[in-house]
Amino acid sequence: MRLEGFEHIPSGCAISGIFSKAGNRFNGEDIIKSIAVMHDRSNGLGGGFAAYGIYPQYKDFYAFHIFYDSVTAKEETENYINSMYEVVSMEKIPTRKVKAITDEPIIWRYFVKPMAVIEAEKQLDEDEFVVRSVMYVNSEIDGAYIFSSGKNMGVFKAVGFPEDVGVYYKLEDYEAYCWTAHGRYPTNTPGWWGGAHPFAMLDNSVVHNGEISSYDANRRYIEMFGYKCSLLTDTEAITYIIDYLVRKQGLTHEEAAQVIAAPFWETIDSKEPEEREKLTYLRNSFASLLVTGPFSILLGFTGGLMALNDRLKLRSMVIGEKQDKVYIASEEDSIRIIEPNLERVYSPKGGEAVIVRLNEGVEV
Amino acid sequence: MPIDFLYPNYEVVRDQSRCITCRVCERQCANNVHHLDKELNTMFSDESKCVNCHRCVSLCPTRALKIVKTDHTFKENANWTGEAIADVYRQAGTGGVLLASMGNPKPYPIYWDKMLINASQVTNPSIDPLREPMETKTFLGQKPSKIERDENGKLITKYKTPQLELSVPIMFSAMSYGSISYNAHESLARAASELKTFYNTGEGGLHKDFYRYGKNTIVQVASGRFGVHKGFLESCAAIEIKIGQGAKPGIGGHLPGTKIVGDISKTRMIPVGTDAISPAPHHDIYSIEDLRQLVFSLKEATEYKKPVIVKIAAVHNVAAIASGIARSGADIIAIDGYRGGTGAAPTRIRDNVGIPIELALASVDKRLRDEGIRGNVSVVIGGSIRNSADIVKAIALGADAVYIGTSALLALGCHLCRSCQSGKCNWGIATQRPELVRRLNPEIGYKRLVNLVTAWEHEIKEMMGGMGINSIEALRGNRLMLRGIGLNEKELSILGIKHAGE
Repeated sequence: MRLEGFEHIPSGCAISGIFSKAGNRFNGEDIIKSIAVMHDRSNGLGGGFAAYGIYPQYKDFYAFHIFYDSVTAKEETENYINSMYEVVSMEKIPTRKVKAITDEPIIWRYFVKPMAVIEAEKQLDEDEFVVRSVMYVNSEIDGAYIFSSGKNMGVFKAVGFPEDVGVYYKLEDYEAYCWTAHGRYPTNTPGWWGGAHPFAMLDNSVVHNGEISSYDANRRYIEMFGYKCSLLTDTEAITYIIDYLVRKQGLTHEEAAQVIAAPFWETIDSKEPEEREKLTYLRNSFASLLVTGPFSILLGFTGGLMALNDRLKLRSMVIGEKQDKVYIASEEDSIRIIEPNLERVYSPKGGEAVIVRLNEGVEV
Repeated sequence: MPIDFLYPNYEVVRDQSRCITCRVCERQCANNVHHLDKELNTMFSDESKCVNCHRCVSLCPTRALKIVKTDHTFKENANWTGEAIADVYRQAGTGGVLLASMGNPKPYPIYWDKMLINASQVTNPSIDPLREPMETKTFLGQKPSKIERDENGKLITKYKTPQLELSVPIMFSAMSYGSISYNAHESLARAASELKTFYNTGEGGLHKDFYRYGKNTIVQVASGRFGVHKGFLESCAAIEIKIGQGAKPGIGGHLPGTKIVGDISKTRMIPVGTDAISPAPHHDIYSIEDLRQLVFSLKEATEYKKPVIVKIAAVHNVAAIASGIARSGADIIAIDGYRGGTGAAPTRIRDNVGIPIELALASVDKRLRDEGIRGNVSVVIGGSIRNSADIVKAIALGADAVYIGTSALLALGCHLCRSCQSGKCNWGIATQRPELVRRLNPEIGYKRLVNLVTAWEHEIKEMMGGMGINSIEALRGNRLMLRGIGLNEKELSILGIKHAGE
């Protein structure tokens, strides 16, 4: 069977997220409990987590989490990183043995900063410099895969059920103000660790449930701007679309949502003139980035979390609130298991972006 | 000369037991095929004049007529076919260039028929267009490469040149007033207006009666510049510079003086009876930088209020040419495949020059994406779109919209007899004879065009829904939705699709 990256692989899934608007940090036990409830929505071929605010001691450094298939790949990658970056810390990511998790790659993390000289020479800003290095390593170095590259955040993922993956990575030892989780139900995969979710680029991480029917239209368009969709998964394409719209085009997350899950023309035409023009402009200008087909996604970013459904709401997604906490999941039961007394529970409409951010003045 | 005698290709078969000698066939045939022998009170026909347009067959009240292919034959020869032999006789007899019309009829591969469309099963729901919105609205024009905001951070939502808004991604392609009749033009204009899409004047100017359909009109500026003036440019929604045409890439056009009569002469702004000759190239465009100047001349002349389309024929290096056009300031590229129709073309050119639109489209779309400039232009293709499935495949390969010409004429009654050049179209389309033009009732004609496009729109929506796609932009360039059937590796790689079963 061919590895991910040679075939477009559709998959169904479960997603869950917890966010503290007050910026309170909490360990990974709750998110594991939450995603475990939806065990039947995954099939053991992929699980993972993203956590924000976990590396306060290195918050100004990009945290690279890397899978290596071999020592050679590790050496080659480290030579590359050392030639481009100042590395302030590096270590093997701590894991514990779990029966269900097998065929582990070598997993390391590095806290790095682009060397000023090289950055200036390439005339790139820091983020773009990092994006290009990540793309380079992932596509050019055989057996190396950078699966997390943001600041003060990290992705932890593996082939297995998500609850086992959480135990494997000792997530009880990390404290984050925002957690997202994913259990995967791919319909066709060789079970490669890199193919598990979340998918991340810089500090954006995406967990996604669905199968987008616009995939190749989106992929072929976004690849014009230097992205290489090497995994051929929907989640990867969505992550790049968001990176392009928000970081490169300078759209707000709300505006990006109006591109990805643009309102129907009928809805747009019913708006007041100013709003109508804006929505028409966004939809038309980025027409090829409209995502169709069923999806529910959670986009984590520094200081915020966005939940978005496709325009027809073909995938379930529920939101619960209690004090400073916001819970978002594919199923309500996986919220209730960690917080039975919710103050508010609701399902956002199709195409309606729900964006939660840290309260004003909260520093992380 | 007996050598030049050619037995007619088609025979008129009349069932004398059904014929009531009403003489409808005689009155309807501009080619004078039928006549009544008064003494015998029997209708006879001269099939040597028959073009097989079915006008008489369609109007015979007793269904007494049919046209059949003759079984008269030369000695069988796979190389020297009857057609090849006959062409030699004709040219040896006349010393002339063979003329033909409509699109290339030769049995080259039809790639549309070698591609299959996907549908959703289980992992992704199909969408029922009767229950859920299914959007076919398309905007044509240059997309901004970077958003801009005003001092308050508000998005600036005005485009440099306006976008063409199509309710369905189907437009009527360029057919000039002159090559087709007033009534045909009126039918197209009214249909475009009702369908909220566009028709195209072709090179021949715009009859003053049709200025009122301006917001659904694309006007054409071609190498002869016939009918081009300020009012013409300002009347329309968009301006098309015609560089080439799929039926006859590399050559110009020739509307004979006999067709330059009355309003046609006025509209083209040339004297009655003079031949209207469009040169092969534009004599102010000998290279890509000249094209850029013409694009901007037209934009200056219309104060940047009209998007500019550049239409080219699909030829071997179409991708590189399209890339040049995408950087020329043009808003839309129209590409016409070698099966595209025409009112008259040299037969050898029609049948041997140019490439299939499917391959041209696939390589242009890929090239523009490889160069990161696909957003600079919209891509419209034509050159034998026969049905809604062809359109779905074209959009999945990367087209923004399609032009239809031949199918539109078929809707108006054309029977593809490929004799437009004779000017004696019995269906009132490719003729200027008033008694023939009158046969095409624009009231009926426009409704038939509306019916056709509406029917196709329904089918497009059904196929989109089947794929789980509810908006046409999510289909555009979505090549995973296509699979090839019976194609070799090279063809698959040019089309950028996988084979069925992969």
